[in-house]
Amino acid sequence: MSASYAVELVSVTKRFGEVVAVRDMTLRIPDGEFFSLLGPSGCGKTTTLRMIGGFEMPSRGEIFIGGEPQGYRPPYQRPVNTVFQSYALFPHMTVYENVAFGLEMRGVSREDIRRRVAEALDMVRLAGMERRRPSQLSGGQQQRVALARALINRPKVLLLDEPLGALDLKLRKAMQLELKQLQHRVGITFVYVTHDQEEALTMSDRIAVMNHGLVLQVGTAEEIYEHPNCRFVADFIGETNFLHGTIAGRRQGALEVTLDVGGTVLAQAGQDIGRGQPVTLAVRPERVRLSPGLPGGEVNALSGTVEDVVYTGVATTYWVALGQGERLMVRQQNEQIGAGPVAERGEKVTVSWPVDAASVFAQASEAQAQAAPEAGA
Amino acid sequence: MSSSPSAPEAKQRPPHRDLRGALRAHLGGMLLSSHAVLLYIFLYLPIVVLVVFSFNDSRFLAKWGGATFRWYGELAGDTQVAYALWNSLFIAVLSTFISTVIGTLAAMAMERYRFHGQLAMDALLYLPIIIPDIAMAIMLLIWFNLSGVGFTPWKVELFGLRLAVPYSVIIGHVSFNISFVAIVVRARLADMDRALEEAAQDLYANSWQTFRRVLLPMMMPGIVAGALLAFTLSMDDFVITFFTSGAGFNTLTVYVFGLVKKGVTPKINAISTLMVVFSLALVGLARLLQKGGEGAPVDVDLF
Repeated sequence: MSASYAVELVSVTKRFGEVVAVRDMTLRIPDGEFFSLLGPSGCGKTTTLRMIGGFEMPSRGEIFIGGEPQGYRPPYQRPVNTVFQSYALFPHMTVYENVAFGLEMRGVSREDIRRRVAEALDMVRLAGMERRRPSQLSGGQQQRVALARALINRPKVLLLDEPLGALDLKLRKAMQLELKQLQHRVGITFVYVTHDQEEALTMSDRIAVMNHGLVLQVGTAEEIYEHPNCRFVADFIGETNFLHGTIAGRRQGALEVTLDVGGTVLAQAGQDIGRGQPVTLAVRPERVRLSPGLPGGEVNALSGTVEDVVYTGVATTYWVALGQGERLMVRQQNEQIGAGPVAERGEKVTVSWPVDAASVFAQASEAQAQAAPEAGA
Repeated sequence: MSSSPSAPEAKQRPPHRDLRGALRAHLGGMLLSSHAVLLYIFLYLPIVVLVVFSFNDSRFLAKWGGATFRWYGELAGDTQVAYALWNSLFIAVLSTFISTVIGTLAAMAMERYRFHGQLAMDALLYLPIIIPDIAMAIMLLIWFNLSGVGFTPWKVELFGLRLAVPYSVIIGHVSFNISFVAIVVRARLADMDRALEEAAQDLYANSWQTFRRVLLPMMMPGIVAGALLAFTLSMDDFVITFFTSGAGFNTLTVYVFGLVKKGVTPKINAISTLMVVFSLALVGLARLLQKGGEGAPVDVDLF
């Protein structure tokens, strides 16, 4: 196995009794990457992290860290450190003792410990807090102590288990940026577990989207947002409209889809889907254009009626009824003050989108869309 | 304060109803507080009487003959009391130490590991708390007779006193104290975030270092509280000591029992008063130590 990967999981499966928490997972995380495991609770992301850390052992498969197979090594023999969701700071020790703990266990000299603790606390802007107890610190400060305590050991990989979950929104946003900058500075590979898609998009170099113990898609924020490979990813990341239809054929290198609400549209062909297959078409609300009046023969244009108009500051959201109970969410940026809505409630409008803005997923194959999840770094 | 709940509604109510409501609230408050006072009188009056009559200058228990320290003085010179006291202390210290070690290990096994038959073991561990002392005492008595342990004494010399403490008493005390220690330590363990142990392991501490540096210091307030509880229970025990000691062996409680049979004198009050003061001091110490411990205080309100 190549040593340029910080972490490598090869066909890793984890069972808890009858329950399969992680199923045949293969992942390669290169050195220095900020990698996120993203998914709803119970998707197996935390189990994956705990297997890398050595807190759970894989039922099958092998985990490599820095090219070395980890086997059944206990956590204290692995070159990784963890920032726990609850921080898990030792309450009976001071900040200094907490941060020094790892070095002390490895028999580093007192002098070196003192110097490195000072450096680590400097790095997380907590110099002068050495004598405090964890209970005397704010949530954000505790968070930074946990970071310092892990990073001081210079691990090959830092594992972070939803570390910002307990912080309030504003602090969370600030810490997201701080974490990202910190990772750049120290150059250590971060494996970050979160259920917050916005957080994952903000911080990660690459993201693995998981559900039911499977990795569905691995890619950059842009890749998984713009080109989701299955309905789940499209739905979980950001907001999406889903329309149902059938493949009518191919035209100009794109798939032609006859929609259930009437009309024919063209879409990107993500997978090879045969003619006559039922499909789901996904299109982001901000990619849809809204214009008053009836369609004038452009591509991918449908007619509908505005059901609702919601002003949200940055943008205005329109709900457009297309018939047969299908609704389309359209979001338009409010670029000018006082421009007002493009259309009023009840007005007949045309909605349209570029061919490459829509993704098509075969309905039947959605469950096994993850057949070949990993394309490498 | 007792009438405040009705105050916000006062505006909507006609005057006479307002008055009635206030009266009812007032009466309710009075009833509640008098109930509390009665309860405390019920609980503590006998102790107050005991303490007061330990200074009674009269041979008779129920007749006041002026104040004196005579009975305390008599206690100080009484070698039988000294023997009984040192027997009690010896048994309490030893059984506390043994049951604290075993009870702590039992608590860890129950709280941190999963094994076959755990549910049954769990229930059995707490059985000594539930079953009556007398049943336990008789069980132990039969067992000591059958097993041949009998009432063989352990001979030690302490402060010039030659003690002969039957092993059976120490074993008996250990057997009921383990459960109490286990309960208290386990409560503490259950409150501890398991991620703390994982964090220690993540930071290169092996199992022993994790125990020594993280688990043990964090359990300590629970262990100390459990030990103090065990010590108090051991000092206070009569039934099990009486049944497992054989003839002629006195702890403080057994000695007092013997005195009562001969006729109650204020001397008994004096001994009992000292025991109450001692127990209170221990409970106070336990509270103090718990406050000093980090994290959430342990609940030892078993009484």
